[in-house]
Amino acid sequence: MTNPMEIPFFAAGAVAVIATLLAITRTIAVHALLYLIVSLLAVAVVFYTMGAPVVAALEVIIYAGAIVVLFVFVVMMMNLGAQDSETERKWLAWRAWIGPAVLSALLLFEVIYLVVRAPVSATIGSISTPKEIGLALYGPYLLGVELASMLLLGALVGACHVGRISRSGREVQQ
Amino acid sequence: MISHPIASIIGILIVALSLSAFLIWVERRLLALWQDRYGPNRVGPFGLLQVLADMIKIFTKEDWIPPFADKPVFVIAPAIIMVTVLMSFAVLPVAPGIIVSDLNIGLLFFLGMSSLGVYSIVLAGWASGNKYSLLGGLRAAAQMISYEVFMGLSLMGVVLLAGTFNLTRIVEAQRGLWYVVPQFLGFVLFLIAGVAEARRLPFDLPEAEAELVAGFHSEYSGMKFGMFFVGEYLGITLISSMIAVLFLGGWNGPWLPPLAWFLIKVFAFLCFFILLRASLPRLRFDQLMSLGWKVMFPLALANLLVTGAIVLAKK
Amino acid sequence: MLSVIRTIWNVFLHSFRRRVTIQYPDEKPYLTPRTRGRIILSRDPDGGERCVACHLCSAVCPVDCIALQATEDENGRRYPEFFRINFSRCIFCGLCEDACPTYAIQLTPDFEMSEHNRQNLVYEKQDLLISGPGKYTGYNFWRVSGVQIEGKDKGEAENEAPPTDVYRLTP
Repeated sequence: MTNPMEIPFFAAGAVAVIATLLAITRTIAVHALLYLIVSLLAVAVVFYTMGAPVVAALEVIIYAGAIVVLFVFVVMMMNLGAQDSETERKWLAWRAWIGPAVLSALLLFEVIYLVVRAPVSATIGSISTPKEIGLALYGPYLLGVELASMLLLGALVGACHVGRISRSGREVQQ
Repeated sequence: MISHPIASIIGILIVALSLSAFLIWVERRLLALWQDRYGPNRVGPFGLLQVLADMIKIFTKEDWIPPFADKPVFVIAPAIIMVTVLMSFAVLPVAPGIIVSDLNIGLLFFLGMSSLGVYSIVLAGWASGNKYSLLGGLRAAAQMISYEVFMGLSLMGVVLLAGTFNLTRIVEAQRGLWYVVPQFLGFVLFLIAGVAEARRLPFDLPEAEAELVAGFHSEYSGMKFGMFFVGEYLGITLISSMIAVLFLGGWNGPWLPPLAWFLIKVFAFLCFFILLRASLPRLRFDQLMSLGWKVMFPLALANLLVTGAIVLAKK
Repeated sequence: MLSVIRTIWNVFLHSFRRRVTIQYPDEKPYLTPRTRGRIILSRDPDGGERCVACHLCSAVCPVDCIALQATEDENGRRYPEFFRINFSRCIFCGLCEDACPTYAIQLTPDFEMSEHNRQNLVYEKQDLLISGPGKYTGYNFWRVSGVQIEGKDKGEAENEAPPTDVYRLTP
């Protein structure tokens, strides 16, 4: 913590944690999603301070810029009203969250213990370039990339099938 | 000609904001020209002070928030578009030395910021608590996500040729040949995607005055509406600048100083955007989607494949 | 795709066309004499009022903006006691001009009649009457018609035969 370069890292981390907590506790879905976006942006800043600018940019483009937009899209289509936020409020009773909270707290203590015992510097010296990332993806991690692409292809075919339009112009009845 | 970053920030901010305000006048005059009219020519010389008059009007209007709106989101939404677009100007290399932040991942930063800009529209549509605005927001979400995909892909050809994401180095790599020649398909794709990202006609479905009564900003008034308005013009300025930087060699050009070349290129594309608005009708939404996914997306992938193959073969 | 580019090019060519706008307050457009604008009441070539207060104009007026009251002077000439046109209701259809048997009521090419106060658009007879004969210069109703007035007995009008003496039986 003595290094002033680490202040952005810890600040962004704190923002991420707080925003995530707020995202969980909001009763209006769109507000929760807004906090989720803030959390993802904070994570992107964390990546950036750790010397991974490409990952940070991809985090913003893909997670904050595309996936959460789809979430917002779906939430908007569902037309949630005051009644739903009332239901949300009921679900946030302490009986519901105490169990997961205790388990996460155990994990948190474990992480703190590890961090305190073997202190690691937040800012890693080398900055990863797009070239290095590409070489890593298509070198040691080739199998993972191919598996992920197979999965995405499957999803694409499925989406095409669901959204298929029959010759008469109507959607295909399942 | 290395200038101080703070000077660059202030300079680019002032120029971008005043240029986009001035653009409102340019657009009205040019639209009028192409429709055989005059446009605003009463206030000041050539009607130049019309913008000032409109600004005074918009500043003094009542800033009204409808009671059925979601107040915090309603207020945040117009700010998001200004912030994201102005942030993108930070990585824009205007001339040698005139750049706020010469990021290594400048291009990715621009794509990220433009993808965050969607939230402004979507949230404005949702927070207005009005079905037409909601429809506008839904359309914006679908349209911007779809067109973002091949907007990014169409730029990857340039990245392959230049071998970097850094915008300054992309400009320097075009000293000999502008990328519009080897990447003509990518240029056309990026142009179309840029129009769609800036929500300009013929892709202005999120606002579609005729069907959605201005869509996502129908409930906005006063300065909040002004932010959307100026944000749109900032958006097209940004897209024109990006086209100039990525495909037309940025500040490169003979005889004239670099800054002049950059401004000439940007202005030419701004005029082209206005010409598009003057000439083309708005698409239907399903046409928009099928154009994006069935024509543009495969073309962008093919462009990327061919460019990659050629770059590999040359090595 | 080609048609889109052709459209853009054709629209671009409009930058070299003449503009159709007429800068109205600075340059006035030419309006033909039969343009239907502000309504006036004209006079005979000899200076008398043409209107004979027949009420045809007020009857035909689709928006009921004409009001008048008929009376007769000592010479036997009918004329309107008052004649009022409410221009805030008038739609400048010109039916009153068509209906008028004496060419008294006429529409002029003047249309610049803005007022701050709506009441100022109600024109009385002294506002409507002009000093000339308007579009029909030679026409004088009382000379043509067979109605008897002072200074013109029966049978003295233009193209009018003297009245038949009904007590003479010779053919």
